[in-house]
Amino acid sequence: MKVLGIILAGGRGEYLGPLTQVRTSAALPVFGKYRSIDFTLSNMVNAGISKVGIITQYSPRSLMDHIGSGKEWDLDRKQGGLFILQPYYSPYNPSMGYKGTADAIFQNINILRRGNEDYVMIGSGDHIFKADLSEIFRYHLETGSDITALTASNIENYNFGNVSLLKCKDGRVVEWIEREGPLEDLGGSNCVALGVYFMNKFLLRELLYSTVPNGENELVKGVIIPNLGSLNVREYRYNGYWRDIKQSKSCYYRTNLDILNPEIRRELFYEHGRVFTKLKDLPPPKITGTAFISNSVIADGCVVGGKLEDSVLFRDTRVLAGATVKGSVLLEGCIVEEGAYVENVILDKYCTVRSGKSFVGEQSDPTVIEKHGVI
Amino acid sequence: MAKKVVALILAGGQGTRLGILTDEIAKPAVPFGGKYRIIDFALSNCVNSGIYTVGVLTQYRPHVLSRHIGIGRPWDLDRKDGGVVILPPYVAQDDSNWYKGTANAVYQNIDYIDAYSPEIVVVLSGDHIYSMDYNEMIDYHLSKGADGTVACMRVPLSEAHRFGMMVTDFENRIIDFQEKPEKPRSDLASLGIYVFNWSFLKERLLEDEQTPESSNDFGKNILPETVDRDLGKLFAFVFEGYWRDVGTLQALWESNIELTRPIPPLNLHDPAWRFYTQTEEYLPAYVGRSSRVRNSLINEGAEIYGRIDSSVIFQGVQIGEGSVVRNSVIMTNTRIGKGVIIDKAIIGENSVINDDCVLGYGEEVPHETHPGIYDSGIVVVGYDAVIPAGTKIGKNCAIANHVREGDFSGDVQGGKTIAAKE
Repeated sequence: MKVLGIILAGGRGEYLGPLTQVRTSAALPVFGKYRSIDFTLSNMVNAGISKVGIITQYSPRSLMDHIGSGKEWDLDRKQGGLFILQPYYSPYNPSMGYKGTADAIFQNINILRRGNEDYVMIGSGDHIFKADLSEIFRYHLETGSDITALTASNIENYNFGNVSLLKCKDGRVVEWIEREGPLEDLGGSNCVALGVYFMNKFLLRELLYSTVPNGENELVKGVIIPNLGSLNVREYRYNGYWRDIKQSKSCYYRTNLDILNPEIRRELFYEHGRVFTKLKDLPPPKITGTAFISNSVIADGCVVGGKLEDSVLFRDTRVLAGATVKGSVLLEGCIVEEGAYVENVILDKYCTVRSGKSFVGEQSDPTVIEKHGVI
Repeated sequence: MAKKVVALILAGGQGTRLGILTDEIAKPAVPFGGKYRIIDFALSNCVNSGIYTVGVLTQYRPHVLSRHIGIGRPWDLDRKDGGVVILPPYVAQDDSNWYKGTANAVYQNIDYIDAYSPEIVVVLSGDHIYSMDYNEMIDYHLSKGADGTVACMRVPLSEAHRFGMMVTDFENRIIDFQEKPEKPRSDLASLGIYVFNWSFLKERLLEDEQTPESSNDFGKNILPETVDRDLGKLFAFVFEGYWRDVGTLQALWESNIELTRPIPPLNLHDPAWRFYTQTEEYLPAYVGRSSRVRNSLINEGAEIYGRIDSSVIFQGVQIGEGSVVRNSVIMTNTRIGKGVIIDKAIIGENSVINDDCVLGYGEEVPHETHPGIYDSGIVVVGYDAVIPAGTKIGKNCAIANHVREGDFSGDVQGGKTIAAKE
């Protein structure tokens, strides 16, 4: 069975402040050396998908730099491989830009026309999870479903930001509500959609042709929901670790610190294949004689001489002697100088905390220092 | 104007003095420094010096080495023009055969080199750890109008008996060679790094091949012949940077541990001179609450709950609670249980040290069969070895590759070897 992967990676992630001013949410750095798109992309590759289109729009430079030719995911191929689907200008499309997820795929309808794939899997670039997606293919065929959506049942965990609530009966989706913000009344909904959809490629093409030219631009709202009655839309239940990283700053912060939990580490990195990312061949992290480290993750290229507790250090970060870093997420290339103190902060790339300075944020609402910032 | 340069890395050596570490892999493929293999340094020096045509001459146990190098992607050596090529010995119509010596190895690959018609050929050894810009040496070679240039390092006279020594005149021209001399007349030791004009070297190789009594070696035949018969101008290039021959267990151990010092002599962090390697995909290293890590290199995929001091921990190594690892080199994916004490050891890849083992206890006694290999009090554990819980292992012991719990009968006294039963 041949499957085409499509990853929606054009989103802005407007709730993340300075972190997404410089990059799209699919390129948000996570877990020391990854970017959020690595998870969906690796899930697809691990499920045997060898042709992936990535739809980009908002601030894609760091995403493009990260993905490159796709060689880390074995997607630099003659057959299939990686397709970057960026917005373009043409006589048929005078207003440049994608108006929504459905419009984005529709404007690249050629990728659905060409190729010998029978099925298409649509995923999102900013969801952190690790699942064996090939199970969905199997489920889809066995149940004779038209559209299969990945869902989770523990609604409480996801009921904070934008959420897709579903009411399912015997595996079939009978009601689908897209909501912004948390819900007081769940109205009988019993699961949430996790942004992964699997369907026949030709069905998707027909659905897009029948909706997008009529002004429907959103995949779920304009394409799937109106057809709930006529199509057999089914849910595939997934109850593992899943995070939508762009919900809020504190969500981004907490997700990053989740890697300190051994169970989550096991689930994300040792089950269902590896998570691939751009390699940089930096030297091994070095711990000097003055260091004190507890419950922390340290990526390659780091040098730690200070005190480090409950934190995540991305690549090439320096914590110098006498400095203290607690409960913080330090992105690539940050420097915490001698005697400085940071607690509960997110330092974006290449920030410097000068010697002797102290900076403490709230755990519930961590402070973000923007890229190249100096304290 | 840039000269056309081809580099050849001699990577066929067995490295007998590394004992069980080179039982199954060639010396250049021995893991080093947390994520590298020894050959990475020569390969990275080549690409950092702008040399993108590299032949790697293999002979002894080449599988791990060949897979590591692959098509050379980590070094950007997957190229249309040039790139890296593995050159194993081959059979031709007349008499090609195993590589008899370093010079014969290059001789058998004259066709490979000629295909690029280079002006300069750089001959390197794949079993040294060093950081060197070959351009400086090539510039020196050209400025001297030399036919061949030998990189040298100044060593104490007391150490000269371990090296091939170059005797030079006032302008650094080589006038005599001394192979491992008792009475050195010079303090310049050859580093096994040569720059030659290709036309000159090719002529010497063809001639050397016609000499039946020659052992076809650069250091023993090609270079001394050139000087003795005045066939060309050889110069010594004095190198003052970092260079280590990791040919013995002690040297391998020391060079690794050197990296854990506050200011190591070899800077792995230099962004302008990075060392590349074929790395596996691992998540970043995790250091737990119960751990205490100092003066060490840890690596991706490592999970550390014990105490680590002055050690090099490779990728994917797990160290359990209550364990203490000091002055040791623990290679990729090795698992160390709880309450284990390890002092001064080299532990190979994919091994398992079960709970409450002690490695490196007691007095230092010479090794029973190979006192010249397993010395300096280092405990060596091979690849894919399993040590049963509670075993005590003395200094200078060798635990061979693939040993299983059944191969042990209680504690292991210092200086013993544990081999795997079939």
